[in-house]
Amino acid sequence: MKRSGEVIIEKVLALSGIITILTTLGIIWVLISESAGFFADIPLTDFLFDTEWTPLFAEKHYGILPLLSGTFLTTLIAISTALPMGIIIAVYLSEYADKRFRRTVKPMLEILAAVPTVVYGFFALTVVTPFLQQFIPSLGSFNALSAGLVMGIMIIPVISSLSEDALYAVPKSLREASYGMGATKFQTSFKVVVPAASSGILVSVILGIARAIGETMVVAIAAGQQPNLTLDPRQTVETITAYIVQVSLGDVQHGSLEYKTVFAAGITLFVFTFLLNNVSFWIKKKYQEKYE
Amino acid sequence: MKHIEAKNVNVYYGENHVLKDIDLTIKENTVTAFIGPSGCGKSTFLRTLNRMNDYIDTFRKKGKIFIEGKDIYDKKVRVEELRRKVGMVFQKPNPFPKSIFENVAYGLKIHGISNKMEINETVEKSLKQAALWNEVKDKLDKPALSLSGGQQQRLCIARTLAVKPSIILMDEPASALDPISTAKIEELIQELKEKYTIVIVTHNMQQAARISDRTAFFYMGELVEYDKTSVLFTNPSNKQTENYITGRFG
Ligand SMILES: Nc1ncnc2c1ncn2[C@@H]1O[C@H](COP(=O)(O)OP(=O)(O)OP(=O)(O)O)[C@@H](O)[C@H]1O
Ligand SMILES: [Mg+2]
Repeated sequence: MKRSGEVIIEKVLALSGIITILTTLGIIWVLISESAGFFADIPLTDFLFDTEWTPLFAEKHYGILPLLSGTFLTTLIAISTALPMGIIIAVYLSEYADKRFRRTVKPMLEILAAVPTVVYGFFALTVVTPFLQQFIPSLGSFNALSAGLVMGIMIIPVISSLSEDALYAVPKSLREASYGMGATKFQTSFKVVVPAASSGILVSVILGIARAIGETMVVAIAAGQQPNLTLDPRQTVETITAYIVQVSLGDVQHGSLEYKTVFAAGITLFVFTFLLNNVSFWIKKKYQEKYE
Repeated sequence: MKHIEAKNVNVYYGENHVLKDIDLTIKENTVTAFIGPSGCGKSTFLRTLNRMNDYIDTFRKKGKIFIEGKDIYDKKVRVEELRRKVGMVFQKPNPFPKSIFENVAYGLKIHGISNKMEINETVEKSLKQAALWNEVKDKLDKPALSLSGGQQQRLCIARTLAVKPSIILMDEPASALDPISTAKIEELIQELKEKYTIVIVTHNMQQAARISDRTAFFYMGELVEYDKTSVLFTNPSNKQTENYITGRFG
């Protein structure tokens, strides 16, 4: 016999689980049904291959490519910034820093992740862009470069923190084996410890990418809101997320085709982040098996 | 020839005085066993010989240790060079999560050897010396972690041999292995003695008696007795040694 208190707790827990699942299913349902309306009017081939995205203009085009390229470009810049920085910080904290330093700095880094993203957006627009313009005169006041760089700084903690956990979990015996053969600390860190933690590091990078793809405020504020099929970081670009905000905040009529474009863009975004999450989950599982 | 010489060595971890006035000389091409109850300082002493304790904050050492006549704690000594000369095999097999080949090649690469042929030759030679070549020659690119425990330990020995040490320190190298693997390691130690000076820590009296030329008995941080293995096990001059080897304590 279970006590009635326990039964209630169990029910409440089950209920909250069910609510979460239902909400997720609901979101997916809305995404699919609304974008089904979009694809009833616009052929999938236009969506995938047209090189312009101008649903809000008089001459309408519905090609997702400019939004994808904007998302890809800012994400690429962000990851190129965050990956080396994140790994260097992680290696420093795990292999070089003394315990006290590690204990103080790690939470401080995690605060970086807690700064509201709108603050990062204005930092990119009002500090980073003017600063970079001194060296790159052709840099627009809205550009992919500043947005990507600042987004990179923003996801450093995602990468450094998870990578550091992975590095720290590498058994001490591997480091000793390396030192025992006459390796330096640097060699041991980068040739033994980092490779041994590579699956954990990979997971952190994928989560960082997912975070960058889904990030909205920084790109909406600092990269501009002009769909632009380009890989030139000096130019204005619009990402999928920035487009969604733009429409959601505008006065587009509910139920119109313009309105439905949001869902078509949204489902594209969803597919990417969903895939990335699954890949990271799969890597994590494989990695756990290896050490068990 | 004297290969290792410890003079009046004292070691402390913080306030804890774990090695007391150790004087000991080890000759070239011999096997020396360190025995004694748990916590008596065998591992600590072994690890002062390749300065593996340098990473422990509270570690302090007094006295001198000479290897091939040179003071290894001298400021001019590069600890990486020392460890190349004084290799170490650990209690639990600890191969890198890399391929079998990469495990053995690692030591060569970190010491700046990049000639492919030289690396291939040394890997093969080291694996042969460690009596592992026949078992792995067809799967050098397989993960080292796919080998059995005993094979992994011989791989670790091969890896150590690859950087051409003259001394090999072994801290209970067979204690995590089954009897057959243990026998193989013991046989291997006998062969390696021809070329290397070996110091081995063991809790297994029979093992010490079987494989070593000299045995050092440590007790509570002191070197109680150090003699030819045949003498120490049949006719110990110290009462504590006798009690220990006959299993009356420890
Ligand atoms: N890293 C360390 N920091 C502080 N004290 C230590 C450290 N390593 C060992 N000691 C202490 O030093 C003493 C000797 O330990 P050591 O490991 O050398 O013993 P041992 O003879 O190898 O024992 P065992 O047979 O159990 O391996 C013990 O009292 C131990 O608690
Ligand atoms: Mg020990």
